[in-house]
Amino acid sequence: MAAGVAAWLPFARAAAIGWMPVANCPMPVAPRDHSKRQDELIILNVSGRRFQTWRTTLDRYPDTLLGSSEKEFFYNEEAKEYFFDRDPEAFRSVLNFYRTGKLHYPRAECIQAYDEELSFFGIIPEIIGDCCYEEYKDRKRENAERLQDDQEDKKDFKPPNMTFRETIWRAFENPHTSTMALVFYYVTGFFIAISVLTNVVETVPCGSTSQKDISCGQRYTVAFFCMDTACVMIFTVEYLLRLFAAPSRYLFMRSVMSIIDVVAIFPYYIGLVMTDNEDVSGAFVTLRVFRVFRIFKFSRHSQGLRILGYTLKSCASELGFLLFSLTMAIIIFATVMFYAEKGSSSTKFTSIPASFWYTIVTMTTLGYGDMVPKTIAGKIFGSICSLSGVLVIALPVPVIVSNFSRIYHQNQRADKRRAQKVQKARLARIRIAKKGSSNAYLQTKRNGLLNELLDLTASEEEQQHLNKTKSLLESQHHHLLHCLEKTTGHDFVDEQLFEQNCLEGALQPYRSRTPSTSSLEGMTGTCCSRRTKRSVPLPIANAPASHAHPLALTHTLPKSPGLQELSAINIQCAEKQIHSSSRSNLNMQTNEVDRRNCKQQKVTTAIISIQTANTGSPAEDGGHGLPNRGASVVTTTSSNIIKVSAL
Amino acid sequence: MKAKDRDQSLSDSRELDGSYDPLTDSIEDDFELSTVCHRPEGLDKLQEQSKFTKKELQVLYRGFKNECPSGVVNEETFKLIYSQFFPQGDSSTYAHFLFEAFDTNKNGSVSFEDFVAGLNIILRGSINDRLNWAFNLYDLNKDGCITKEEMLDIMKSIYDMMGNYTYPCMQDDAPREHVENFFQKMDRNKDGVVTIDEFIESCQKDENIMQSMQLFENVI
Repeated sequence: MAAGVAAWLPFARAAAIGWMPVANCPMPVAPRDHSKRQDELIILNVSGRRFQTWRTTLDRYPDTLLGSSEKEFFYNEEAKEYFFDRDPEAFRSVLNFYRTGKLHYPRAECIQAYDEELSFFGIIPEIIGDCCYEEYKDRKRENAERLQDDQEDKKDFKPPNMTFRETIWRAFENPHTSTMALVFYYVTGFFIAISVLTNVVETVPCGSTSQKDISCGQRYTVAFFCMDTACVMIFTVEYLLRLFAAPSRYLFMRSVMSIIDVVAIFPYYIGLVMTDNEDVSGAFVTLRVFRVFRIFKFSRHSQGLRILGYTLKSCASELGFLLFSLTMAIIIFATVMFYAEKGSSSTKFTSIPASFWYTIVTMTTLGYGDMVPKTIAGKIFGSICSLSGVLVIALPVPVIVSNFSRIYHQNQRADKRRAQKVQKARLARIRIAKKGSSNAYLQTKRNGLLNELLDLTASEEEQQHLNKTKSLLESQHHHLLHCLEKTTGHDFVDEQLFEQNCLEGALQPYRSRTPSTSSLEGMTGTCCSRRTKRSVPLPIANAPASHAHPLALTHTLPKSPGLQELSAINIQCAEKQIHSSSRSNLNMQTNEVDRRNCKQQKVTTAIISIQTANTGSPAEDGGHGLPNRGASVVTTTSSNIIKVSAL
Repeated sequence: MKAKDRDQSLSDSRELDGSYDPLTDSIEDDFELSTVCHRPEGLDKLQEQSKFTKKELQVLYRGFKNECPSGVVNEETFKLIYSQFFPQGDSSTYAHFLFEAFDTNKNGSVSFEDFVAGLNIILRGSINDRLNWAFNLYDLNKDGCITKEEMLDIMKSIYDMMGNYTYPCMQDDAPREHVENFFQKMDRNKDGVVTIDEFIESCQKDENIMQSMQLFENVI
């Protein structure tokens, strides 16, 4: 229950007056305030700074240190105050939590110190209010990363018993783990550079023989061929080793880096296979272009390249927008220019596609000058084109740049996605806490009947002990919910039980009902009729089904006057008995309320005897009970006599 | 110039947002609500008017003020507070009826005086007073008699508070049947409505109801 509205509980209980006249069953007993203590101020001395608050304020959250009896450990007899040797600044927000029901995170506070305070006082951080929760989580994450960075060095601890394959893979992924890996790393890097350089130099013209210039590649064919072979051999060996060591070969083969590797070495092998045939050599030359992809192999060696790749991938939408808007603008302006220049003679703007080139060159402010408009209209539109080109290109660029910067920083904080999961976990926890209050009531119901029974039979000390375990507020709230149950004649159950009941109800509609109880079916689903249905398998011939005279069970008990529902309690406990000889159990549905909490030695069983005017039915027996405790309860109704006695 | 730009950009973003309706939303509305504040009459005066002790009034007011710092409860807050006590069901309809019953001067808000006046009757009044108050709660249009429709509304609102997960499964006609029972019990002359006299008379005859009325003695 939200503690902030604990003060309104008397109002809610008073509002229950609306249920009383319509209820068919009697109401349960209200919990008595045994302490009858006036609300008092308690002093909390935190390292010398004294805070004062009402006791009931602290009692709002009984599962924290200050709300439970745990604070008694800190009680100082001489000064009649509670002394805590903690930080008074952090304590302020802790105490405000009790007062307002909202936990705030003071931004000036160190996150670790705050966390420690919260855990000391038994408050879970998940209930920090929405206003401060983002900040809290951010700070916590930063702190965690800082700690993680310190621990990064420990990551290189090599686990023992790694297979050869795993060793190689690890060497490839983290080159600085072993010297061999480092050597291999640098060697491959060197060869990539050599290979790229070779490809470039190959085309440089050096010297001239006969009539024309020949490139170095044609002059020193053998040398370049040897260089190429060496590089490709290294790359092939590397690729094969990676393929061998990869934990999942299929995934590895699909990855971008491996595709680049393959593309880099393929042209060489194709060149080996193909002869110096004139027809295919043209195609072969084209394939050589792919050798430039070797430069992408550098991305394994450079973090920045990888980030750039990520950026482009993540900015896909912005790039797409850029492309789209550029295309639109190009088409528009090309069309306009074409029609504007159509009139002039010897124009270069021969068709719209031909004008595309002009538009692109103008919009990107290149301005080669190979195509220029000659008409006045063409010049006007040409200038508009160049002005708008700047705008169109400049708009998406800052977005891409900021994306890059973001990813760059994000690369250092890789667990933003983890934070999303934590957010979901937090919301789930809050949902659970909200459900917790209804679950608390259901739990108490299973225990609660027990307590009421003990009120009858237990001694005063046991009664006090049990009452202390549940705060007064809680017991009053549960009494309120209990009254509502009585008013409507239905019980609160939790979801699983409800679904089970529905299933059971669908599958076995009539198995558990004897003909006698079917006469009671006519009554509305009031608690009394349900309870009697369960426990009374014997006919009540005179029970008028259509009359509005529900079996009202009123009891008189010598010990505590006004105690109601004893028979119901007893009946319920009878059902809780695992003792199968009880006839009442035969009519019980198997998925009844949990029996776990029924302490057998303290439960009494009802002996229910029904004596109607016509049928003198014998009493039915229950299971075992407490010795030496006798209380006989007589119930009267308007038309029937139901005698309930507890052994 | 700067202020104008800010307003302009604010309105532009509102238009883009699509959620802002210039007819109903306005900044002035927000200001109005926050300036409403109500201070109750003095403690002594309240003590004269009700049967609560000074300490009880203090406790009541502290709780009241904590939840409603402005000093008055409007219906939304009322519903919100009441719903915290019934996590499983939907208590908004019943809370609405309660609000109507507490808001005696029909001004749409419950001040602390109204609050105390209502609680005074329920918690410290005689049985007849309490029954009168309950009748007033049921009589939705305050015409002096409860019709079946009014009772059905009330009953439905009570059953709504139970929620979906109940044992036994809630039938759809459970409120109606309950209303039939109620009218059978209360409506003496079988004319289809329950008047205040019939109500009080029937309640006085019913031991259960009399007994449950005693429950309110020591709520505070």
